[in-house]
Amino acid sequence: MSNEVSMSISVKEASDLSDQGNIDRRKPDYLDQLEAEAIYIMREVAGQFERPALLFSGGKDSITLVRLAQKAFAPGKIPFPLVHIDTGHNFVEATDYRDMLAEKTGSKLIVRYVEDTIKAKNLKEPTGKNASRNWLQTFTLLDTIEEFGFDACIGGARRDEEKARAKERIFSFRDEFGQWDPKRQRPELWNLFNGRIHKGENVRVFPISNWTELDVWAYLQREGITLPSIYFAHERECILRDGRLLYNTPVIEKDPEDQIVTRQVRFRTVGDMTCTAAVESSAATLEEVIAEITVSRISERGETRIDDQQTEAAMEDRKKGGYF
Amino acid sequence: MDLLRFITAGSVDDGKSTLIGRLLFDTKNILADQMEAIERASKSRNDGEIDLALLTDGLRSEREQGITIDVAYKYFQTPNRKFISIDAPGHIQYTRNMVTGASNADLAIILVDARHGVAEQTRRHSLIASMLGIPHVVVAINKMDLVGNSEDAFLEIAQTYKDLADKLNIKDLTIIPVSALNGDNIVERSKNMPWYTGETLLSILETVNVLKDKNTTDGRFSVQYVIRPQTEELHDYRGYAGRLQSGSLRKGEAVKILPSGTESKIARIEFGGQEIIEAGVFESVTILLEDDVDISRGDMIVSVDNSPIVSQDIEALVCWMDDRKTLKAGDKYLLQHGTARTKCSVRSIEYQIDINSYEKLDEVESLKLNDVARIVLRTAQPIAYDPYQQNRANGAAILIDETSNVTVGACMVE
Ligand SMILES: Nc1nc2c(ncn2[C@@H]2O[C@H](COP(=O)(O)OP(=O)(O)OP(=O)(O)O)[C@@H](O)[C@H]2O)c(=O)[nH]1
Ligand SMILES: [Mg+2]
Repeated sequence: MSNEVSMSISVKEASDLSDQGNIDRRKPDYLDQLEAEAIYIMREVAGQFERPALLFSGGKDSITLVRLAQKAFAPGKIPFPLVHIDTGHNFVEATDYRDMLAEKTGSKLIVRYVEDTIKAKNLKEPTGKNASRNWLQTFTLLDTIEEFGFDACIGGARRDEEKARAKERIFSFRDEFGQWDPKRQRPELWNLFNGRIHKGENVRVFPISNWTELDVWAYLQREGITLPSIYFAHERECILRDGRLLYNTPVIEKDPEDQIVTRQVRFRTVGDMTCTAAVESSAATLEEVIAEITVSRISERGETRIDDQQTEAAMEDRKKGGYF
Repeated sequence: MDLLRFITAGSVDDGKSTLIGRLLFDTKNILADQMEAIERASKSRNDGEIDLALLTDGLRSEREQGITIDVAYKYFQTPNRKFISIDAPGHIQYTRNMVTGASNADLAIILVDARHGVAEQTRRHSLIASMLGIPHVVVAINKMDLVGNSEDAFLEIAQTYKDLADKLNIKDLTIIPVSALNGDNIVERSKNMPWYTGETLLSILETVNVLKDKNTTDGRFSVQYVIRPQTEELHDYRGYAGRLQSGSLRKGEAVKILPSGTESKIARIEFGGQEIIEAGVFESVTILLEDDVDISRGDMIVSVDNSPIVSQDIEALVCWMDDRKTLKAGDKYLLQHGTARTKCSVRSIEYQIDINSYEKLDEVESLKLNDVARIVLRTAQPIAYDPYQQNRANGAAILIDETSNVTVGACMVE
């Protein structure tokens, strides 16, 4: 029964796609090239793997992935589930959007909670200033991969985000412990992706590797996609800490030096609340957001992510441990 | 706006990473916090001078050793073009990573240290660029500041390079004198080399014509996946999802399915569920046929009057990439071509190419890491290919080791 309902929604969604058709397809623009490449990669995943999954966070990159997957498999449904590793510290706007999108696309949604991993494995939760469950997600992710036997996990990472990501393959091989070995990456030639693995290993696939942050924004605008409201300017009570604005939520442990302020802000990335900072802004539309980011002299992660600032190779080390 | 993918290549320490850093810096594509991070990392190193190579050398071991190990991708833009820059390692041990980056490049910048001239790795990377059919090659004779910006030094190396290039298949070659460290002739013309009146590197990158490099004549569509929604409304829907490797295909066109040879007609082409009339090169679309034919992943749909070669016996140039096993006659591998995978065995090694002289070496028993050779293969299933130099996308194939699952060879089918 429930299956039938979601199918018909998926057909409607496919026709939704055709409403965005006023693009001049005669002149291939770089966005068309990036889109075609990403769709090709999505289809390689569907063609080469038995049990793929799309890692969905509710952020703009994974929203872009879902749109690309819809286009890749229209008029059919997306042939893999959306998987969210929920730290329990996510913005409610993002998780609401996640649920709405899964329903709208008729996709199966799997949510696994870091909280449960902490209990089951008796993990010690980080405490104190700047404590974050971000790193703990790795345990939940690896358990989820094992639970469902996923052989490929599609993620929204981009190479322009961070210097270790700038080095990663589009089909990024992970051993049975989920580890990335940057010194022994498989050659990746032309568009011939090699997804062969042994049982227990898996491949992380990054279809938008070659997109920049601005490409993603421009694509969302071109496709007329509605984003979670936190991406646009709104009043919010924030913690002003070391020059950054964090959402004033009980899950962030306060520090005597913290100041509580109310500001007009938007989010440039949406991740775990404990490590994602807001930016002051008055941009109310995608067009205005793009205009602000175009002239910004600070990178996306530099402006918004607390987790990368800790050591020079924070991302590389996390990836070696099995992170996204 | 269009997109250019280019790679930097050349021998160890010739300045590849510094050059990319310089290009990004001079085009104002390094953001404030990234610059601060580079400054911070530079300070903790020996002389404390700002090292622009740190922009791409992002791995812990790369920074420790001051070398590039794997390719880094950086993205930037000028008012005229978008660029994907690929910084390759120069060290021989990491040649396969250079091949990875070079396989998709439209243009290669091959750096040569003006003090040392053409080195063995310069020759190896030039051979690879030529075999991979990279349409444009720019040789940047770098570190001109260390040879007193001498025109004679430049001309001498340029001549050596031209002699070398004569033995290769490089369609479009430009040679320029630069200093990546100081930014001479990178974005701004150098005041230190008034004798050089040619273009700057950026101006070449911005103006080189990449549209004509694409094969727009041979309609080749490899099927990746069959879309069958099996819902009530779409009960009989059967769409072949794939990508135009080359050429174009139109609604109503007569086509042939390979390797079977069955013929049919294109009933409909869709993009994102929406009908389009024609699909062009590299577009990811869905094709519906008029007849109910048996098609699955790995098959190819081609124009009926323009067919690729269909064969089980193929000859290919190969770059061997396995550091654990050699390639010998009689060995068996998996061959991946387009979306097709088939077993194959190595019939023979016809000849190996000497990296220094580019001469053919006969009677070679086996290939080791980084060797380049021409081999003869026999495949279990026929493959539908075009010669690589005519059609990069449909002449490329990889060899996969069936036990380790690793990609061990890059093949350019001849
Ligand atoms: N004087 C001078 N030094 C340069 C120039 N370009 C690069 N260098 C120096 O040459 C050294 C090597 O530069 P890299 O950019 O790391 O060389 P690379 O070619 O990327 O090296 P690998 O990637 O390891 O093969 C560094 O110390 C640079 O500062 C130049 O134009 N002039
Ligand atoms: Mg380098």
